[in-house]
Amino acid sequence: MSNLTEKLAPWLFTIGIFAIWEAACRGFNVDKFVLPPPSDAFAEMAKHWRPLLRHSFVTLWTTMAGFALAIVFGVVLGLVVGWSRTIYRGLYPVMVGFNSIPKVAVVPILIMWFGIGEIPAILTAFLISFFPIVVNVATGLATMEPELEDVLRALGAKKLDIMLKVGIPRTQPYLFGSLKVAITLAFVGTIVSETVGANAGLGYLIALAGSSFQMPLVFAALILLAVEGIAMYAVFAYVEVRFTHWAFRSSMSAAA
Amino acid sequence: MDSSVDIADVTLTYHGGSGDVLALRGTSLSVRRGEFAAVVGPSGCGKSSLMKLVTGLVPPDSGKIVIFGNKVAGPVKIAGMAFQNANLLPWRKVVDNVLLPLEIVEPHRRQFRAKKAEFRAQAEALLATVGLAGFGDRYPWELSGGMQQRTSLCRALIHEPALLMLDEPFAALDAFTREELWCVLRDLWQRIGFTVILVTHDLREAAFLADRIHVMSARPGRIVMSKEVDLPRPRDLDVCFTPRFTEILHELRAKIAEVRQA
Ligand SMILES: Nc1ncnc2c1ncn2[C@@H]1O[C@H](COP(=O)(O)OP(=O)(O)O)[C@@H](O)[C@H]1O
Ligand SMILES: [Mg+2]
Repeated sequence: MSNLTEKLAPWLFTIGIFAIWEAACRGFNVDKFVLPPPSDAFAEMAKHWRPLLRHSFVTLWTTMAGFALAIVFGVVLGLVVGWSRTIYRGLYPVMVGFNSIPKVAVVPILIMWFGIGEIPAILTAFLISFFPIVVNVATGLATMEPELEDVLRALGAKKLDIMLKVGIPRTQPYLFGSLKVAITLAFVGTIVSETVGANAGLGYLIALAGSSFQMPLVFAALILLAVEGIAMYAVFAYVEVRFTHWAFRSSMSAAA
Repeated sequence: MDSSVDIADVTLTYHGGSGDVLALRGTSLSVRRGEFAAVVGPSGCGKSSLMKLVTGLVPPDSGKIVIFGNKVAGPVKIAGMAFQNANLLPWRKVVDNVLLPLEIVEPHRRQFRAKKAEFRAQAEALLATVGLAGFGDRYPWELSGGMQQRTSLCRALIHEPALLMLDEPFAALDAFTREELWCVLRDLWQRIGFTVILVTHDLREAAFLADRIHVMSARPGRIVMSKEVDLPRPRDLDVCFTPRFTEILHELRAKIAEVRQA
């Protein structure tokens, strides 16, 4: 009973929010150019499903491409940074500095270099999402129990042995935890880039529809974007549980 | 020469961010081959540091450490270690945790793939001797603290090291489990015959298990007393209630009180 309620809760809350939104729009007679009711957004979705689907797909694949780059690059850099204290000390401030540059400021540069299209979107998604991956992978290595390292070193283990036998496996929960955060950031990156300069994608559609005051279409695109974000988050949450079930069972729980 | 560990006049300083810490000064200690040695002393006196020196994990500022006739320079490869925390790898089954040293120590590591089945059987047999028969396929989080510590002992012994280093291995266990594990360790030592250095807070533990007890002074630590434990072997837990046992405890306690005053 309570288990069922718990399962249904996310759906009930979602429906509830749409209901409140709908009721507020009708009750307060909100101007449709300011905030259209969700029913209008859904009607728009039904009417324009073909272009919406196409733009959604563009956003999804550019985000995933950027995110895939972020995983490869983030894991490699994270392992390098976690490998030695010197590299950690040297590279960390550089990365923090890099990460604090708003990526919106970088998009025009990327567009100048690569032209309007998918490549700036992929690169922005990559730039914005690799940082949490690097930090988490490096943290997973840096927080290794020193005594465990002693046990292995007293057996004649080389740094590489310790890395392979302990470092990399124990980093997995940190990595998979960070992917959930990073995927939502990757969507932000794609949308920012598409809004500034693209000819396809949900961000492009939002900018275009907004400039011609088609507010229901803007909201339809926003809802689809949220759906994509939730779906990918769910995928990586599932992957996390699948690959690191031991971290959930043992006391060693991952950084989220 | 039947000496297995010889520590001669070593000094060790840690260079930390908040200044230097002189951990050990003029520490000398010698352990015979096959002997069970215990080191007791106040907290922070440098007992763990001494363990790191013997296993070559940190080099001394001065002095010399010789184990089994070889001067220590860099990590020795014949020592098994266990600590207060079992430090098992939660993603590995119990038996795979025990096998870990064989994946690292030569010559086993080269044969690991080929002899996996044989090694596994060895690990299972060792687990059985500490009362963990049939637990090999469990994960560490499914075991109690005492069972994890037994597994940790097995991991320290699977490659048949000549020297076993134990740093307060039973400190986190309840009194009953601790006494059980004393007997487990006693039996392993009597059966296999390795040299042991056991660091402990617990004087009863030291007196029950050890052939000789070394008392360390407060930091900077050095050995201020080495006491031969002349209780007959094999010992069982009843020995803890004999007058001779109590006498030894009194003597150790008095010495420790004295060095803590100083
Ligand atoms: N890595 C380290 N860096 C700096 N100081 C240390 C380090 N390890 C231990 N010490 C200091 O050296 C002293 C002895 O430590 P330790 O050998 O761990 O003592 P014990 O095991 O007897 O409690 C302590 O005062 C401790 O603070
Ligand atoms: Mg200690």
